[in-house]
Amino acid sequence: MAKKTKKKVVKKKSTVKTKKGSPDQQAIETLVELIRVTSTVIPADVDRAIEKAKGVEKPNTTAAYAMNIISDNIGLAKTKSQPLCQDTGTVVFYIYHPPGFHQTPFIKQIHKAVTAATKKGYLRENSVNSLTGENAGTNLGAGHPSIHFVEHSAKTLEVKLMLKGGGCENVSTQYSLPDTGLSAGRDLDGVRKVVLDAVVKAQGKGCGPGVLGVCIGGDRADSHAHAKKQLFRKMGERSKIKELAALEVEIVETCNKLGIGPMGFGGTTTILECLMDHRNRVPASFIVSVSYMCWAFRRQGAVIDTKTMKLKKWLY
Amino acid sequence: MIELKYPFSRDEVRKLKVGDMVLITGKLFTGRDAVHKYLHEGHPSPVNLKDQIIYHCGPVVMKDKHGKYTVTAAGPTTSIREEPYQWQVMRDHGIVGVIGKGGMGPKTLEACKQYGAVYFHAIGGAAQVLAERITSVDGVYLEEFGSPEAIWELSVDKFPVVVTMDSHGGSLHKEVEEASKENLKHLV
Ligand code: SF4
Repeated sequence: MAKKTKKKVVKKKSTVKTKKGSPDQQAIETLVELIRVTSTVIPADVDRAIEKAKGVEKPNTTAAYAMNIISDNIGLAKTKSQPLCQDTGTVVFYIYHPPGFHQTPFIKQIHKAVTAATKKGYLRENSVNSLTGENAGTNLGAGHPSIHFVEHSAKTLEVKLMLKGGGCENVSTQYSLPDTGLSAGRDLDGVRKVVLDAVVKAQGKGCGPGVLGVCIGGDRADSHAHAKKQLFRKMGERSKIKELAALEVEIVETCNKLGIGPMGFGGTTTILECLMDHRNRVPASFIVSVSYMCWAFRRQGAVIDTKTMKLKKWLY
Repeated sequence: MIELKYPFSRDEVRKLKVGDMVLITGKLFTGRDAVHKYLHEGHPSPVNLKDQIIYHCGPVVMKDKHGKYTVTAAGPTTSIREEPYQWQVMRDHGIVGVIGKGGMGPKTLEACKQYGAVYFHAIGGAAQVLAERITSVDGVYLEEFGSPEAIWELSVDKFPVVVTMDSHGGSLHKEVEEASKENLKHLV
């Protein structure tokens, strides 16, 4: 009985509040389109990196075979407008908004858009209650989707979205330096050692070739969040800090000499990119976080007109 | 490129070596955590698995108005979770191979050798390419485990995989892991 009444209310609300063409309805439509594009189309910068990596592997090797299938899959997902990978991941939003923006209604619009995108199959029913194992089938639940708001001085609304798969999340990791086992001290050389260790441990899992987001410092929570946030940088966007920029390049080169290769089959391209940044730490701790992203690197961003809530342009 | 066609023969499977790129045409049965645990507990299989291939996969299956099933996404899932059970399924049910991702451990490698089976690695995340190679859904068993965990009987055409563990004790995963650790020593 209670269920029935609840359903009615929702229905009424949706016909009254989200009139066709209203900014509210438009916001939901724009967000669904953002989810569709993120789930089905690999961003141009990642696509270029994958195509380049494909050319590097020796022909007729298992590594080349893997890269060819990955590349075909990218083409097919786009044409069919279907998810690149069946694991459509944790849904992570970062919203950059002007001062005075109302967050609560936007959260509701996001929830509606996520539910709609799940119905349309752009997202798999992928969010499970950690205690009961129950899957509501909507991708809504405690802490999901993950939504972060940031105020910026621009007048525009920028919504960035990442779909972070489970396999690559499982191999993402964190270190506390010094790490005696790895002879990693509290300096950039120590950071380099733990990042390389993470890559060797991730082999065969997390669907490589991967991309690394790294954060040096911060507390455990912020450090990992900041590492993941680096994955919103474009491929090839070097750190503004000279030492880190050099380390990013060096880590990619070194990883690609390990011989792990795509899918861990052996071969050249183990890592496509490494994006690093830092946070302050307390003197007693030195945390390094590595967020590992699989080849199915799904992130996109939309610049949205705050009045009409229509899409103005894509960010990637 | 090697073509492996249904009905699968153990002799042909024995010939496969680590690194072989194989296109499988014929039949696959999906089976993941629930199925492996169920068989491990000694329950009989609802379908004869002798000389068949098990695919570690939780497919996305749609049913149309006429009750016809189609697979819309079918990438491999991580195989290592079945490590405690896989050897036994090889021994008791006579499968000739498994398909998954990430490789498996020493118990499975030993069973591959003993019973004449191989581990095929599918390309992780390639949901669309792999779904395209599934030509029909021919049956479903143990549906009570839920759609992703059920046994789906699938017809496949040129399903692309790589042999990463063979029936001669070869494991690409072991090789690459050892080599990369050795390389790392020189690179740090
Ligand atoms: S790690 Fe990435 S590509 Fe692999 S199965 Fe998970 S989401 Fe898909």
